[in-house]
Amino acid sequence: MSEDDVDHIDRSRRHFLTVATVVTGVAGAGLATIPFLASLKPSARAQALGAPVEVSIGSMQPGEMVRVMWRGKLVFILRRTEEMLSRLSANLDQLRDPKSEIVEQQPDYAANDTRSVNPEFLVVVGSCTHLGCAPLEDFEVRPSDNWNGGFFCPCHGSKFDLAGRVYKGVPAPLNLQVPPHRFVRDNLLLIGLDSGAA
Amino acid sequence: MARVEAEIGKQQSAVMKWIDDRFPWTETMKYHITEYYASKNFNFWYVFGVLAMVVLVIQLVSGIFLTMNYKPAAVEAFASVEYIMRDVEWGWLIRYMHSTGASFFFIVVYLHMFRAMLYGSYKKPRELIWIIGMLIFFVLMAEAFAGYLLPWGQMSYWGAQVIISLFGAIPGVGEALVEIIRGDYSISDITLNRFFALHVIALPLALVALVFVHIVALHEVGSNNPDGVEIKNYKGADGVPLDGVAFHPYHTSKDLVAIVIFLIIFSCVVFFAPEMGGYFLEHANFEPANVLATPEHIAPVWYFTPFYAILRAVPDKLWGAAMMGGAVLLPVFLPWLDRSRVKSIRYRGWIYKSTLTCFTISFVMLGWLGTMPADGPYVLATRFCTAIYFAFFLLMPYYTTVDKTKPVPERVIYNG
Amino acid sequence: MDKPLKFAGCIAFFACLITTLGFAAGDDVELKKANIDPGDIPSLQRGARNFMNYCSGCHSAQYVRFNTIGKHLELSEEQLVNNLMFNAEKSFDTMHAAMPVADAERWFGTPPPDMSLVARANGADYVYNFLKSFYVDAESPTGVDNIVMPGASMPHVLWELQGYQKAIFSEQTETDESGNTTTTYHFEHFEQITAGLMNEKEYDEFVRDTVNFLAYIAEPIRGERRKIGGWVIAYLFVFLIIAIMLKKEIWKDVRRSD
Repeated sequence: MSEDDVDHIDRSRRHFLTVATVVTGVAGAGLATIPFLASLKPSARAQALGAPVEVSIGSMQPGEMVRVMWRGKLVFILRRTEEMLSRLSANLDQLRDPKSEIVEQQPDYAANDTRSVNPEFLVVVGSCTHLGCAPLEDFEVRPSDNWNGGFFCPCHGSKFDLAGRVYKGVPAPLNLQVPPHRFVRDNLLLIGLDSGAA
Repeated sequence: MARVEAEIGKQQSAVMKWIDDRFPWTETMKYHITEYYASKNFNFWYVFGVLAMVVLVIQLVSGIFLTMNYKPAAVEAFASVEYIMRDVEWGWLIRYMHSTGASFFFIVVYLHMFRAMLYGSYKKPRELIWIIGMLIFFVLMAEAFAGYLLPWGQMSYWGAQVIISLFGAIPGVGEALVEIIRGDYSISDITLNRFFALHVIALPLALVALVFVHIVALHEVGSNNPDGVEIKNYKGADGVPLDGVAFHPYHTSKDLVAIVIFLIIFSCVVFFAPEMGGYFLEHANFEPANVLATPEHIAPVWYFTPFYAILRAVPDKLWGAAMMGGAVLLPVFLPWLDRSRVKSIRYRGWIYKSTLTCFTISFVMLGWLGTMPADGPYVLATRFCTAIYFAFFLLMPYYTTVDKTKPVPERVIYNG
Repeated sequence: MDKPLKFAGCIAFFACLITTLGFAAGDDVELKKANIDPGDIPSLQRGARNFMNYCSGCHSAQYVRFNTIGKHLELSEEQLVNNLMFNAEKSFDTMHAAMPVADAERWFGTPPPDMSLVARANGADYVYNFLKSFYVDAESPTGVDNIVMPGASMPHVLWELQGYQKAIFSEQTETDESGNTTTTYHFEHFEQITAGLMNEKEYDEFVRDTVNFLAYIAEPIRGERRKIGGWVIAYLFVFLIIAIMLKKEIWKDVRRSD
């Protein structure tokens, strides 16, 4: 190809077309990744399995605790007695987060003294905030141990009170988590949803 | 502004130097892309190599995402495919891309091989490229066969049953071989699991490795072209073949057009006709595999039907299998069967043009006949086409020698 | 540009050819076209109702969720619960059959197959003809047989709507060289014996609605995939034009051969 054969190359047209091609191509490629990335989201089956759980609480006795599964997690539902509720404010100085100020651990409506919508019913995820073991019920009051009732985690000894609040001096850093929940009726609790239709 | 640009340029070249001191990046880019010269007269037949790579990428990416949701167990497989189709977001698109891609892989590869037959791309010094390509073809057939079992539909199960039992025809080791392939006394969950391992890891690794080697071998000798002229015979003062143009930006820009056209056709199928009348997604496969009920017509997927037809042409189990195996293997020897001194069909005589035409028609006919039941007039037609298929290869040493060829030009013919 | 166009044309031609190839039902049976319209939402709604009322007693559609049907058939959650969800609690549930599988197998010999994919496996025309081809057969345990699937264990569930018909066969007797005679029977047409609640036209529409619904549940995403496909191909054509312009511009460098 000799110099005098070469016609004048329109550099700006070439540049424009190259940019146009690259931009259009990259845009298309970007859009093409959407289906693949979206497919990683929970599928319809996962959403069905992770749907809110209805629990009938009408026959629960005061002092009774029920365990249910929601989204693969254990949830404790404890119907607290008057007596249990009266003990809630006894050990506030021994708790890490007595006022439930760490927002991730409970919805707004549970950031109160009883950590619940309805003071009678405590609804918490039964997973120790240290490394995830299931805490055991320990509601008996033992003055000799200075124990006012609550939950005890057997794995590394973390302790929580009757509102799921974590004590100081134990490995667990946070209060037991309160899941979104609401009372559909007096005797029907819905876990997993706190607004909108059931 | 100019100073900023100069600064950026200096930084870029500093980064490039750091990389190039430790990795042959720039020299690889030059050798394989910006200073790899291929003939300027490539036509539409030269597009299928790049398209095969595009389909390979489509299959790998869609395959990975399918594997995230597919369950390789006999009791769960079929349901997991429907789960992907219905419950996984965009799962239906990923599935259709993969099933359509499988068929398009064969369309593209068959056309890619046909190009080699048109222009003598398997002739010296490109015999090894051709052999590696044939190995890719064999691995691709195994990959498709293993993949087809995975949906665990009626056709998956019974198609596998028929084809695997073919190996039993091999004298002596046949039955033992069949048991080793199946891993069980009949096709079962165990077979499914190992075919899954082959389809998802073993064969794709082999495929990618072979494609890499295929391209290295190609770049060693340089590409052929529609005139069959070796462009390296005439180089300019700078060592660049006079009839060559750099792969980038010339062939990359041209291939981009071909890729977009291909994607348009591919999308038409994926979005508007994914079943393709029952050829890409067979109707019988929408029923879960039933060990107790054999479908009326068992046929392999369309891309295997030419060879399946040859198998059925012979009424003996062993000889039918041997003929089918022979039919698949025979093309490997093309570089040595073809005695013509001329590469491209443009300069061959009427004999080769006629035999290649007959061969092509026979191959397509065999493909169609493979979907038909093996009785009546189909039997004779299949035997006739099988004879032509074999004659094309076996008589080639003779007719390519006597064929009257035209003089081959020294330089490539390109009219812009 | 000429050759690629020719190639695309060939592919398009073959595609058209191939998609006209369809299904086969036995060797002799001619299948009438169902002529269903997947875009006809009221028809799909009627089909869903028909399926729940007449089919879901025995047949499951185990891969289909009620909320999917609600989304595509424009039915509210309340409409789903009140009209379709007989044996389901939540709208994300799949369509189970009412009849326990073990009992079904005992009573019919084989459990009634799942309906999720029947329209894709056999074709809408097949199902359409099947539902219209029951005829009286005194020797059958269910009292009926079916032209499209001879020996079917399914009773004529829709007898109240269609009434009963008998099948008229023509006889053909052939004698071969050794004097053996074989008689083959070819189905000619049906003759109505007792009337049903619906006349022929009404029953035909009933069946077509049901088949329309079955075709829908075989691939609920069909409508959406075609819509998205339109956009994808439109984008690709725009990209194609730009890519062609770039290619021509770059290849201006390349001179003709001397």
